[in-house]
Amino acid sequence: MLQYVSKRALSMVLVLYIVITATFLLMHSIPGGPFTTEKQLTPEVLRNINARYHLDDPLWKQYIDYMGNILKFDLGPSFKYQDRTVNNIIADGFPVSIQLGTFAVLLAVPFGISAGILASLRHNRPLDYIVMSSSTLGISIPSFILASFLIYFFAFKIKLFPAAMWNGFSYMILPGISLAALPMAVVARLTRSGMLEVLSQDFIRTAKAKGVGKGLIIYRHALKNSLIPVVTYVGPMTAGILTGSFVVESIFNIPGLGRYFVTSIYNRDYTVILGITIFYSALIVIFNFLVDIAYVFLDPRISLDKKGDS
Amino acid sequence: MSLKKLCSLMLAITMLSTFVIGCSSTASKVGVDKPLRFGQLAEPESLDPRLATGQPEMQFLLQMYEGLTTYDANNNAVPAAAEKWDVSPDGLTYTFHIRKEAKWSNGDPVTAQDFEYAWRTLLSPELGSRYAEMLFYVKNGEAYNSGKAKAEDVGVKAIDDNTLEVTLQEPTPYFPQLTACYSYFPVHKKTAEADPNWASDPKTMVTNGPFTLTNWVHNEKAEFVKNENYWDASKVKSKKLEFAIVENNTTRVSLFENDQVDITLDPPPSEIERLLSEKKAVIEPQLAIYYYDFNVNKAPFDNPKVRKAFTLAIDRDAIVSKVTRESQKPAAAFVPFGLPDMEQGSDFRKAGGDFYKDNDIETAKKLLAEAGYPDGKGLPPITLTYNTHEGHKAIAEAIQEMWKKNLGVQVELENQEWKVFIKSRAAGDYQVARDGWIGDFPDPLTFLSLLTSNNGNNNSHWKNPQFDQLIKQAKTTSDPAARIKIMHDAEKLLMDEMPVMPIYHYTVAYMIKPNVKGLVHTVTDYIYFKEAYVE
Amino acid sequence: MNTELFKRVDFQLDASYDIGRPSTTYWQDVWRRLNKNKLSILGLIIISFVAIAAIAGPFFTAYSYSDQNLQIANQSPSAVHWFGTDNLGRDLLTRVLYGARISLSIGIVASMSTMIIGVLYGGIAGLSGGRVDTIMMRIIDIVWSIPFLLYVILLMVVLQPGLMNIFIALTLVYWMPMARLVRGQILSLRELEYVLAAKLVGASSWRIIIKHLIPNSFGPILITATLTIPEAIFSEAFLSYIGLGVSAPMASWGVLASEGATSLRSYPFQLFFPAAAICITMLSFNFIGDGLRDALDPRMRK
Repeated sequence: MLQYVSKRALSMVLVLYIVITATFLLMHSIPGGPFTTEKQLTPEVLRNINARYHLDDPLWKQYIDYMGNILKFDLGPSFKYQDRTVNNIIADGFPVSIQLGTFAVLLAVPFGISAGILASLRHNRPLDYIVMSSSTLGISIPSFILASFLIYFFAFKIKLFPAAMWNGFSYMILPGISLAALPMAVVARLTRSGMLEVLSQDFIRTAKAKGVGKGLIIYRHALKNSLIPVVTYVGPMTAGILTGSFVVESIFNIPGLGRYFVTSIYNRDYTVILGITIFYSALIVIFNFLVDIAYVFLDPRISLDKKGDS
Repeated sequence: MSLKKLCSLMLAITMLSTFVIGCSSTASKVGVDKPLRFGQLAEPESLDPRLATGQPEMQFLLQMYEGLTTYDANNNAVPAAAEKWDVSPDGLTYTFHIRKEAKWSNGDPVTAQDFEYAWRTLLSPELGSRYAEMLFYVKNGEAYNSGKAKAEDVGVKAIDDNTLEVTLQEPTPYFPQLTACYSYFPVHKKTAEADPNWASDPKTMVTNGPFTLTNWVHNEKAEFVKNENYWDASKVKSKKLEFAIVENNTTRVSLFENDQVDITLDPPPSEIERLLSEKKAVIEPQLAIYYYDFNVNKAPFDNPKVRKAFTLAIDRDAIVSKVTRESQKPAAAFVPFGLPDMEQGSDFRKAGGDFYKDNDIETAKKLLAEAGYPDGKGLPPITLTYNTHEGHKAIAEAIQEMWKKNLGVQVELENQEWKVFIKSRAAGDYQVARDGWIGDFPDPLTFLSLLTSNNGNNNSHWKNPQFDQLIKQAKTTSDPAARIKIMHDAEKLLMDEMPVMPIYHYTVAYMIKPNVKGLVHTVTDYIYFKEAYVE
Repeated sequence: MNTELFKRVDFQLDASYDIGRPSTTYWQDVWRRLNKNKLSILGLIIISFVAIAAIAGPFFTAYSYSDQNLQIANQSPSAVHWFGTDNLGRDLLTRVLYGARISLSIGIVASMSTMIIGVLYGGIAGLSGGRVDTIMMRIIDIVWSIPFLLYVILLMVVLQPGLMNIFIALTLVYWMPMARLVRGQILSLRELEYVLAAKLVGASSWRIIIKHLIPNSFGPILITATLTIPEAIFSEAFLSYIGLGVSAPMASWGVLASEGATSLRSYPFQLFFPAAAICITMLSFNFIGDGLRDALDPRMRK
């Protein structure tokens, strides 16, 4: 196991390195730079700014300098927000996103799994149809529309929650629901389908025949075996939700990290693009690692190290 | 601002000031406890006036700092940190006398040295300020910024603590207006020299305006309290300002309607009609123009007749009344309304008049036929490029349809991501492109100089030596009447050649609660909360 | 134990057939079971109806998707304009019908292409295991981490806007969840006895993937594939926003819905109709998907 973990850690470094390099090249190859503004800067002014940020160096030198700074955990200054560094931006935004994200994951996963189990146990009966139809709605209504409806209803009509901003728990509810709806629906569907698959298998019948209690069957036999697709989905989904969502943060005006994923690219704020990408990538790798570990826990037959026999 | 509204506003202000004066010695302690809550458009890029570039920064800086002059509700530059100024007969030297009672938020006096320091460092190549160009009016400003002169050569000099002498590159009659812009704001020299990061944290900021920033949560909110050290503190009504920093325009409307802010700007166009009818929004003219560039270097728009035909063949009235719905003024010329002409109280636009008739299909068809494309036959495929935005898209779709109906020309639409669009437009990689310009200062030159040959923002790439010559004259002529005349001539030449197609003069829509009083909103879209308060 | 316990039975071909049910192929079986599922049939009917409306509908409306009449902008639904009009006075019904052409094709093409790529990629990774699996999965981590918007802007600059680019851009991202899902399933399934049995009989990896592993993972695969449809429809709106999509005045459901969402408070019907079209289509796809899942499940074969 230890060997496996250290191997994965090593591969994470490699993944991050490739991600940085590819992102670096990509962002420098799209038109426009951080100082391409509607009001064109004069060539002299532009030269001074480029000198200030060392953007007048050849690209390979900028790349090497950046890599050097990364080793010192210095992600550089933001070009857009001139008084802030990328480290500041992540330190400010991530705690907010992680609060909201945790809340959303805690809504989505337990509720999604329970709904899925219930639906599978009532296969093709009204409860199943209700769960499946509402989860279809959850999948086909994107968060920006759901958020607008929630604001309209809960903030304007019954005045239960604030329409936007970030000032405590009551401000977390509407964005949390908007963020959780889609994953909850997907988790419910995946759980249901996995449960149905497993419930029809022989060992469940055997367990039933042996007189194992229903609850125990569901938990120990059916659920564990049916959770593999759910876990596969939940891993990167969590990484995504914890780093924030552009749409939800912008509609509810939440000062999280998510909006930078989009705005930094619109602004061509090179250092922010790279910093956020590295951060997200590290989370993705970690969560996918956790997913693989979870596989082994859920299905002890799975061996990650073992080569297949093909 | 309509005259009527303006009058009532002035009346309100006068009444209030009498009230304040009438009620006594503790004048500076008097204030409205209810915080004034403003829905700000975006996170400021920097709160160092030397580094600020646009609207989001401006809205903060105008409350936190004060320049030598400031705008009043009639868009005139009036004394602020400077109590008066003298101009030399050649119009090249301005001497500003700074108020003795002007103080920084830490109690230090505001000195001429602070201005000198701020302006010189803004121009320094090392700082790399994006708005350095704003100070190129000052002698050797451009030379110093491009490394061709030394800091001492820059034409700003503190004669003593209260006297600032400014030498200009060329006589600039509107210089007092310029000093009200945030790029000309002072910086507390001692603080800025000691700590290069002073502007990143409210704790280390030292400012000289009516309010001081006490809390700044990035991308969410900012809080200000009244600056008791401000020289004119007796006029400051609100004890507290709260800004919500909200980029999403629908969210700003939600916050306003949910009573989480008192004032906010720029609601989504699709909501305007409802907001106006519910009396929640107000529309005021803005010193800005919305127009399309023709690429004058590519057929068919290398032919002025074609450019004119396309310009005449759209119905601006329908666009502003049915598509944008913000009471914009259809533009039949380039310079917007609201700028002074020769006589007191006259308007440059009204004096200049219209240069063409709106929706003049007949003439348009004739011109197109004269250019060799009767009924649009023989025209190469034409693409109209715009940057993605629901408003731009609706206008482009409407104009596409008008050209099709009125001229028989089939035009393709192409939308591009913002920076991709700026790049291709600046490179002349388009046929017709969306464009717009917001005036930097209240003078027609802020618009006309845009189309000179070397202007980096001349996206049509139109070059006309005669026009350049006229603009140069307008810049250096100190006789106001002669200057205005030259600018009228320049505009006429521009409209004869039509490298750009004016569409409308912007308005700005904002939402304001009826109990908010004393706000000053200028035509350059400056909002001063100095005397504003919630009743 | 001795040989007397065993009696040789003469193998009779006809008799053995008589015992069984009539011979049906796997696919005939699937179809039969699908037919029994009422909701799936309803879904199929609705999808066919939407598809026919998308193809033929525009010929029956009196308007074109681009005909403007500024005098009647933002009108609520009426007998003349069943779905009302948009901000430029265009008939919303016609625009929704035209939008169906774009959105349906995007949804179907995106889910099909991601399904094929994802299943193959995930299948190979899962079955191979070991180093091959690690490398293939790390490639996904990399592609997943690089900001999508960067690819999109680059694609927009390199290629001309149009439907093809949307397919490319969408396929570029949506194959990954599918591949990871299939791989996770196969890691678990490949340890089951019947796979071992198949291997012992000498079946090739391909045969094992296609004949055994994929049919047994149909549930999650179909869910992910149907999930891709609305995501693709809405991503297309975003891509159009960046400048990669079909040019205005043509608009897809996603674009109509996102534009409608901005005027939700003033003209809710402008959001309602495109959003309802998407939801109804999605419900139908899901009904079909659920029915298919049951029908394809080898264990449900009776």
